[in-house]
Amino acid sequence: MEQRALDRKLQHLYWRAGFGPTYRQENAPGSIKQAVRQMLRDAQHQQPLLQPAYRPLEEGQNSMLDANARLKQQRERRQSIEQLNYTWLNQMVTAREQLREKMTLFWHGHFACRLREPGLMQLQNNTLRQHALGKFPDLLLAISKDPGMLQFLNNQQNRKRSPNENFAREVLELFTLGRGYYTEQDIKEAARAFTGWGYNAKGEFVFRERQHDAGPKTFMGHTGNFTGEDILKLVVQNPQTATFITQKLYTYFVSDLPDTPRIAKLSAWFYKSGYDISGLLERMFTAKWFYEPALAGAKIKSPVELLVGLQRQFAVAYADSRSPYVLQRALGQELLQPPNVGGWPGGRNWIDSSTLAYRLRIGPALLQDAALAVYLKPDDDSEPSKPTNGRKDGLRIARAKASIVGLEKRLEKVSDDALVSSISQLLLQVPLKPETKQLIEQGIPATASRTEKIHQIAQYMLSLPEYQLC
Amino acid sequence: MATTSRRDFIRLSALASGMLLVPNFLHGLDKHGMPLMPGSNGKRLVVIQLSGGNDGLNTVVPYLDDLYYKARPGLAIPAKKVLTLDSGLGLNPAMEKLRLLYEQGHVAVLNSVGYPDPDRSHFRSMDIWQSASASDEYLHTGWLGRYLDSIPGGAAAHSAIEVDDMLSLALKGEQRMGIAVQDVQRFYQASNQDFLRKAAGQHQEAHDHHQVDYLYKTLIETQQSARYLQEKTKVYRSRQSYPKGEFANHLKTIAELISSGVESRVYYASLGGFDTHVRQELQQGRLLEELSVGVYSFVQDLKQHREFDNTMIMVFSEFGRRVAQNASGGTDHGTANNLFLIGGGLKKAGMYNEAPDLQNLDQGDLMYQIDFRNVYATLLQNWLQADAAGILGGNTKILSGLM
Repeated sequence: MEQRALDRKLQHLYWRAGFGPTYRQENAPGSIKQAVRQMLRDAQHQQPLLQPAYRPLEEGQNSMLDANARLKQQRERRQSIEQLNYTWLNQMVTAREQLREKMTLFWHGHFACRLREPGLMQLQNNTLRQHALGKFPDLLLAISKDPGMLQFLNNQQNRKRSPNENFAREVLELFTLGRGYYTEQDIKEAARAFTGWGYNAKGEFVFRERQHDAGPKTFMGHTGNFTGEDILKLVVQNPQTATFITQKLYTYFVSDLPDTPRIAKLSAWFYKSGYDISGLLERMFTAKWFYEPALAGAKIKSPVELLVGLQRQFAVAYADSRSPYVLQRALGQELLQPPNVGGWPGGRNWIDSSTLAYRLRIGPALLQDAALAVYLKPDDDSEPSKPTNGRKDGLRIARAKASIVGLEKRLEKVSDDALVSSISQLLLQVPLKPETKQLIEQGIPATASRTEKIHQIAQYMLSLPEYQLC
Repeated sequence: MATTSRRDFIRLSALASGMLLVPNFLHGLDKHGMPLMPGSNGKRLVVIQLSGGNDGLNTVVPYLDDLYYKARPGLAIPAKKVLTLDSGLGLNPAMEKLRLLYEQGHVAVLNSVGYPDPDRSHFRSMDIWQSASASDEYLHTGWLGRYLDSIPGGAAAHSAIEVDDMLSLALKGEQRMGIAVQDVQRFYQASNQDFLRKAAGQHQEAHDHHQVDYLYKTLIETQQSARYLQEKTKVYRSRQSYPKGEFANHLKTIAELISSGVESRVYYASLGGFDTHVRQELQQGRLLEELSVGVYSFVQDLKQHREFDNTMIMVFSEFGRRVAQNASGGTDHGTANNLFLIGGGLKKAGMYNEAPDLQNLDQGDLMYQIDFRNVYATLLQNWLQADAAGILGGNTKILSGLM
């Protein structure tokens, strides 16, 4: 294959299966197959988030705290969440197991829990990471017994005498089958099977037998004295679960526009393989259609993809752990805080006039070492807002430095005349219009040094809507 | 064809008057009597969001109810300090100006507004209010965004303006979205920066890559709206005096947009800081004063321009607080809450329904009497003359007699 065509395909793969390319040239794979295998091999490694998480008091004791203790608790919790967020973000940047981190993010949006306690967030995140590329039934069982999940979907309150259907409902509606493939009665029966599933103060799963309804249940046409485990097994026996998950993975990795024949083929294989996640991904990433020109740049980068991608390409160094958190909030995707159990809707939902304006400003601001100021909406769940009283509340500033050293090095063999073309190929997944290239050319001062030129061109590229696509 | 000739006409008249081009996606003219939006009745809605969960019981105080004083031995407002209204209810002493508006017949108080299975997370409950969903339903569009979607012929981005840096879910529709503008001048400069303006200019025609096309279209619409707002508002400045603070400033911006003749149906502003778990009295008092004085100035401003009769203000918060106080001199997250409607066009001002029932609580929380979606339905149907059932999903009822 011609080297340039291969480079473009690799770039596509690295944006989709990971968080974007870096400029490292050593050990470049000689084919797509090789590259995918390498990614899967790298992904066998895993690094749990080790950030020691703050452990708060038991729930319910909050209302007994005096004012100072309460404020102290809020502050500590917030700092801990911020640290955890920062640790994960950096892991996405540096981890060689790019695919595992990308899949952890996928499952984080799929089994989406909006938790308050950093300890529970950490635990859940590590569970998702551990099973991210294994067999889906193992992941489903592990996450169903995760304390954060049980708390968020109220299964702690799911008892024989007063069943709480929240968890059972979301398992069927959002985690496995999707709307329309179960009945309200199935939810009720499943909820009974999950009675007694809870967790203790140490953050461990516990089965409280006395609260469990051991009686017979009829679930999706099967009858038996089902436990929660039985329900999860029955759910994955239904091929619709394979279709539902495959469809979502297709949207995440390929395109917002679903392609039914491709999804049907992939999901049939997925089901037959016993839900082998990494096998499914290998099939997706090595399929010929995955590299069709029409799919290049067909995805709008999520805010996290945008930020991590910038960090990988321009060695972004944040001045503090708060800055990337501020940017995530401004762009509408805060790691560890999905909006609700449905996760981030993604796609065009990322874009409105304000988020687009921020997106276009971030890259150039980083390259110019300029601070980004934004008024954030209050998030009283994790950071109670203070009264305004004439003061500009909500104003947050993100500071970071970016460097073009890597880009410059990569362009060593490129002549000055070809800089705009080469940089656009390295930074953008869709070709620029000739007149836009011209516009950029016109913006470069003739007297500028080579470094200044590259700097200026990169700034222009990052401020274009095209950079928002991958 | 009609569009082309109309666009040519706009261009010509714009040149003649030396003005900038009017956004070319607008389907009508904004001057000389032709409405910008088909079907518009000239009425507008201003939503004021109190973020953090305002303590409704210390806002509209049931000062004749012993249960209130029993539940809040250190936090209840003494009856003699309450600014009395009707039906045993009165306002927080910080809200003198709001009482004035109430006495003038411009305020309706709706008590115990909420929804079934209330959620006590700020974020989630605000999402429920902004998307108008049920508490076990997850929508990624907002009620006012869907209102924009419902406007025949398509609404321009500035048909709904949030005075803020970030756009709330409430204003995001499936097809159309409002815009967030904190400061018209800054918004204009940022979106019409030279390079971006030129790059966008090269993408006026449809692009064959659907995502490139979508992003440029959004960018161009933002630029056009920014130019439109900048052009509209560059002359007029409000002379009404407003209190200090960001919130009042935002209301002033809205008043200036309205008085400059900007054709928007919806405005949105927020006041935050109501999450008073700790030392509530001082903090809430300050905020309620900011709200009350700010809204009063805003109303005076609108009255001077004869726009008050065309404007309805809704003030809400994502939830109220628990009936009993906590040990930190504050209150924790609760459920149902009161809501204000303020406008010259109210048909029924005053107390809309009875005071909250402190006898029958749900585990220490108020039970709702009015579903907030019925308030929305009433505003959409009876005020904005929109199709409430289509926007809210059909299960809503109109609150009769209000507007």
